Amino acid sequence: MKLINKKSLGNKALAIAFFLPFFVLFTLFVLAPVVQSVFYSFTNYDLLKRNDFVGFNNYKQLFLNDEIFLLALKNTMVFACIAGPVSYILSFVMAWILNDMKGRTIFALAFYAPSITSGTAMAVIWTYFFSSDSYGLINNFLMNLGLISSPILWNQSVNLIMPVCIFIQIWMSMGTGFLVFMAGLQNANQELYEAGAIDGIKGRFAELFYITLPQMKPQLLFGAINTIAGSFGVFDVISSFAGFPSPNYAGHTLVAHVYDYAFVRYEMGYASAVSVILFLITFLFGKAVMFLLSSKDE
Amino acid sequence: MRVRQGFHIHFGKLSIRVSVSRILVYLLVILLVCFTSLPLIYVVSTAFKPLDELLRFPPIFFVRKPTMDNFRDLLFATSSSSVPFLRYVVNSIFVSVATVLATIIISSIAAYSLVKLELPFKNAIFNLIVATLMFPATLMTIPNYMVINNLGLMDSYLALILPKIAGAFGFFFVKQFCDQLPDAFLEAARLDGANEWQVFTKIVFPFMKPACSTLVVFTFVASWNDAFSPIVYITQDAMRTLPVALQSIGTAGTLARAGAMAAGTFISVVPTVLIYTLMQRRVIETMAYSGIK
Repeated sequence: MKLINKKSLGNKALAIAFFLPFFVLFTLFVLAPVVQSVFYSFTNYDLLKRNDFVGFNNYKQLFLNDEIFLLALKNTMVFACIAGPVSYILSFVMAWILNDMKGRTIFALAFYAPSITSGTAMAVIWTYFFSSDSYGLINNFLMNLGLISSPILWNQSVNLIMPVCIFIQIWMSMGTGFLVFMAGLQNANQELYEAGAIDGIKGRFAELFYITLPQMKPQLLFGAINTIAGSFGVFDVISSFAGFPSPNYAGHTLVAHVYDYAFVRYEMGYASAVSVILFLITFLFGKAVMFLLSSKDE
Repeated sequence: MRVRQGFHIHFGKLSIRVSVSRILVYLLVILLVCFTSLPLIYVVSTAFKPLDELLRFPPIFFVRKPTMDNFRDLLFATSSSSVPFLRYVVNSIFVSVATVLATIIISSIAAYSLVKLELPFKNAIFNLIVATLMFPATLMTIPNYMVINNLGLMDSYLALILPKIAGAFGFFFVKQFCDQLPDAFLEAARLDGANEWQVFTKIVFPFMKPACSTLVVFTFVASWNDAFSPIVYITQDAMRTLPVALQSIGTAGTLARAGAMAAGTFISVVPTVLIYTLMQRRVIETMAYSGIK
């Protein structure tokens, strides 16, 4: 009895030793800042002198007095609910098709290219495509065809900023999901396909639904959570395309609001409250996906 | 039975059946891939453009009269500064390689511990880690700066490495693959008398090769392209990394610098492409090998 206890204690100690390096750094650089922000969301902390407890005041302000916040909330929801699913499905379909294609290494590189060249080259390509003068590739093309007479103001017109940014975000964010799914497909147990064939599962689509997808649940879940976090947390794409703040706040998102209050106005308490709201929404969607894709029912 | 639409192509005796749907799929993939590879093609093409093509407005996509001038300009533009260009490259390589290695080791042993060992409060810890993935990273900048500053790590390589290696993204990613590892493999190794470290290095790590190779790509790309952390943590010129050095070449302004900038961008993309290709090949090799076992 004593021996077993000692052994299980030893196993626990070993598990903790393996986990500790990660957990120390994680706590220091990720967890502590998050906990701190949640705490700040109940204060009026301004980085300088004010740091009083204000209860739910920040949250009340957000929903009752801040129209820009409500606009950002709406924009973020629209953005995430379109860009998220489209990017997720497209990246899976591409991984699935490319996985047994000849020359997939080069195709996969080409598909991942937007993620590699983020930043400098990104800006160049999109300004080239969507430039708001007659030199922009798309404007030039449409004008030559005679479909429009004056250039479309892609990054200034209130109605166009969101659709164009959704398009760019999908295009830029597919790479990560794609690589995750490629790795997942390669981790799949090949013997199951032979076993499935004996049970009468034939054809690419039957194999996909009955063998591949159930096996890939862990990667599907990871991809989904990552896409949700990425599409609800969108800011960079919009701010580099339409500027910050965007014309008439047409592309204002929750993270843009956080950035505005944290680094322009230095109202950390208020910015933290926006972050907590964003976190709660994202978490709700994440939990729903976890419920749908939980691997326990196997 | 599925009926396939298709036709036969005859080369003398040889006859190949080609399905219409397969051709359509290939065409679609090629079209999409041409589109997504545009930035990469643009970076390569631009690096070899002569000055007049670089400054052309509207810009031209493909180089017409390729030249090596830009690389000479880059050497020239950076030779006047006190820090040689090579130093930035070495800084970037060191920081990225160290970040990648530390991330892989720390995340995979932690994931193994959470999935297969007797770690207490497994579910709570896992939920906590995944939850942080959904918090805006913007707000972590200031607290992270405070920690690095208080640890006395400003202007050190560690300032660029430490905050990145224990992220929720990498841990969650590796953990999902670890879930797929059959317990029977581990039991067999333990019965053969392997200790937990041997089980990890001989069984777990090889099994997770596709995961780790993929995580190498994610981590390397993120660290290599990061132009933000060096601005926060680094004040000495000699400690700066490639993306920051490139930005200052760009902002130095004069038109002649456009060429140096294009060449610099090209140089900064090459290692990522190399790492990517190398790692993807490893992933594919693993698959061929796991088919046998």
